[in-house]
Amino acid sequence: MAQMTMIQAITDAMRTELKNDENVLVFGEDVGVNGGVFRATEGLQKEFGEERVFDTPLAESGIGGLAVGLTLTGFRPVMEIQFFGFLYEVIDSISGQLARQSYRTGGRYNAPVTIRSPFGGGVATPEMHADSFEGIVASQPGLTVVIPSTPYDAKGLLISAIRDENPVVFLEHMKLYRSFRQEVPEEAYTIPLGKADVKREGTDLSIITYGAMVHESLKAAEVLEKEGHSVEVVDLRTVQPLDIETIIASVEKTNRAIVVQEAQKQAGIAANVVSEITERAILSLEAPVLRVTAPDTVYPFAQGENAWLPNANDIVATAKKVLTF
Amino acid sequence: MAAKQVKQFDPVKTLHSIEEQFEMFQILNEEGEIVNKDADPNLSDDQLTELMTRMVYTRILDQRSISLNRQGRLGFYAPTAGQEASQLASHFALEKEDFILPGYRDVPQLIFHGLPLHMAFLWSRGHYLGSAYPEGLNVLFPQIIIGAQYIQAAGVALGFQKRGIKAVAMTYTGDGGTSQGDFYEGINFAGAYRSPAIFVVQNNQYAISTPRELQTAAKTLAQKGVAAGIPSILVDGMDPLAVYAATRDARERAVNGEGPTLIETMCYRYGPHTMAGDDPTRYRTSDTDNEWEKRDPLIRFRKYLEAKGIWNEEKENEVIERAKEDIKEAIKKADAAPKQKVTDFMKIMYKGDMPFNLQEQFELYTEKESK
Repeated sequence: MAQMTMIQAITDAMRTELKNDENVLVFGEDVGVNGGVFRATEGLQKEFGEERVFDTPLAESGIGGLAVGLTLTGFRPVMEIQFFGFLYEVIDSISGQLARQSYRTGGRYNAPVTIRSPFGGGVATPEMHADSFEGIVASQPGLTVVIPSTPYDAKGLLISAIRDENPVVFLEHMKLYRSFRQEVPEEAYTIPLGKADVKREGTDLSIITYGAMVHESLKAAEVLEKEGHSVEVVDLRTVQPLDIETIIASVEKTNRAIVVQEAQKQAGIAANVVSEITERAILSLEAPVLRVTAPDTVYPFAQGENAWLPNANDIVATAKKVLTF
Repeated sequence: MAAKQVKQFDPVKTLHSIEEQFEMFQILNEEGEIVNKDADPNLSDDQLTELMTRMVYTRILDQRSISLNRQGRLGFYAPTAGQEASQLASHFALEKEDFILPGYRDVPQLIFHGLPLHMAFLWSRGHYLGSAYPEGLNVLFPQIIIGAQYIQAAGVALGFQKRGIKAVAMTYTGDGGTSQGDFYEGINFAGAYRSPAIFVVQNNQYAISTPRELQTAAKTLAQKGVAAGIPSILVDGMDPLAVYAATRDARERAVNGEGPTLIETMCYRYGPHTMAGDDPTRYRTSDTDNEWEKRDPLIRFRKYLEAKGIWNEEKENEVIERAKEDIKEAIKKADAAPKQKVTDFMKIMYKGDMPFNLQEQFELYTEKESK
């Protein structure tokens, strides 16, 4: 076992799969010699050569189209979109093409593509870099959307994503890249897509969340614990499809839930989670399911982001409303 | 008096000197005469009659498809008459292992690459089995998003290159398609990787109603390849020999590792954009129509082949009858396709297990559809 940051775990997952399957290709803007703007592909070109790990011209739509074409010749592309804020440049390739490829070809050409991309706030990026656009891709049938919150999960989930036969959008929260280290096995292991993880067990309230908000939720749970509330934190890990079983089991145990996401209230995954709970477990509920989200404005310029992003205090406040309902 | 200043740079001159290079390449003129003997691809008599057969067949397929559409027996249809040389002579230079990424008007090339006709009809009707192509057929379904196939072709070409396969990715768009970002990204990516792709622009003069002149200030569409650093050529798209020769040349260079080529074929679509209500009289004059019809690829090729003594009315009628018979059979086969079920759509969304949400809906629809 080694201590790894999330970005090291991500690099390690790609290295594992480049070794494991010669059809795996890694490409994107600056991923070669430079090792990626965050160094996620550090050393991979050197180790596996320019045929397998390569730079592309600067055009996101082109990168997506390249991935489509490479699947038609039997490759398993791992494409990097340098920042997920650039999604709009490549949305046709992802939602209009890759997500529909199996359907359009009657199942003949599935699209085993992993779309890796950094996203998320709190690191003072320029505009159109930090947005949480997972809700946009999650609404497109044909795509799986994964958002890890720890180094261990990141490696196991990324290996699963690369081995998956269908397109997976794998979103890496920039603030988590180097925020902490964790024991990560050096060998290959997988974490199934579509499975949530209970990051903290509790009996009075379920906080259902994902990405960087897992850590804010864990902080909030600590605070609430001191005030006598036992809080469970469910990390979705895959936001499409949702792990209904784990969500419902948690809510049926605690009878109270809040859903936390970094994305705006109108934009993310939380509304789906609330709907599923309402459809499936309304009789278990002692209180309305509330959401903690960012407000419905565009993502603010860097200096304003800390005032805008949801945090542990917001989570504690909303949790108390539900706990005392 | 100061000496007259000599201008050190002249971007206007640079542009003009590039544009002047793009003269239209022609081998067979409107009268069916060889005007460029040195460039004659010297096809055998069998090859010439085969190419003529395909063009006649496709003209009939077009006429029948239009009337089948009017009878409500076909769905989406984009007429092809006028573009036979651009479509079929370019395809004639390909091999089976080459991969075609077509636009929605490029169904004839797919058929001659091996697509069963009834599947083309099923696709037109919007039946999911219409694009469930058989194994070994190296084509993608016709692309609806204008230009998306260009970047995908760059990907297929890169894949061939990485695997050391001596084959090309061939893709088609129209004059309007050259205004899309994906057009530039496609030719630029393939150029940067020197991948074996052939990019054909069938310049049929109108993108639905918008005339070619409104798409770009560029004098030719072929010259856009210069910006991507790839060889480009402007071809008389009504001349089967010129289109064939240009494509064969492009293919040769591609499989020899010399990278992609852009081919602009000057042609015309006689019919409407699609059969979904487009009325060309709103944006074209009959004078223009007549002008282009004189350049018809079938007329000039027929003259050429008849002069060689390898084509006659009897042969043409045989092809026409065979086409009609095939179409009748294919429609019958399409009519016999199973009724579409939502559970069928669900089964082909993903390879392997369905995600939980879809599984649940699958059970619901299985029950609904069993009633």
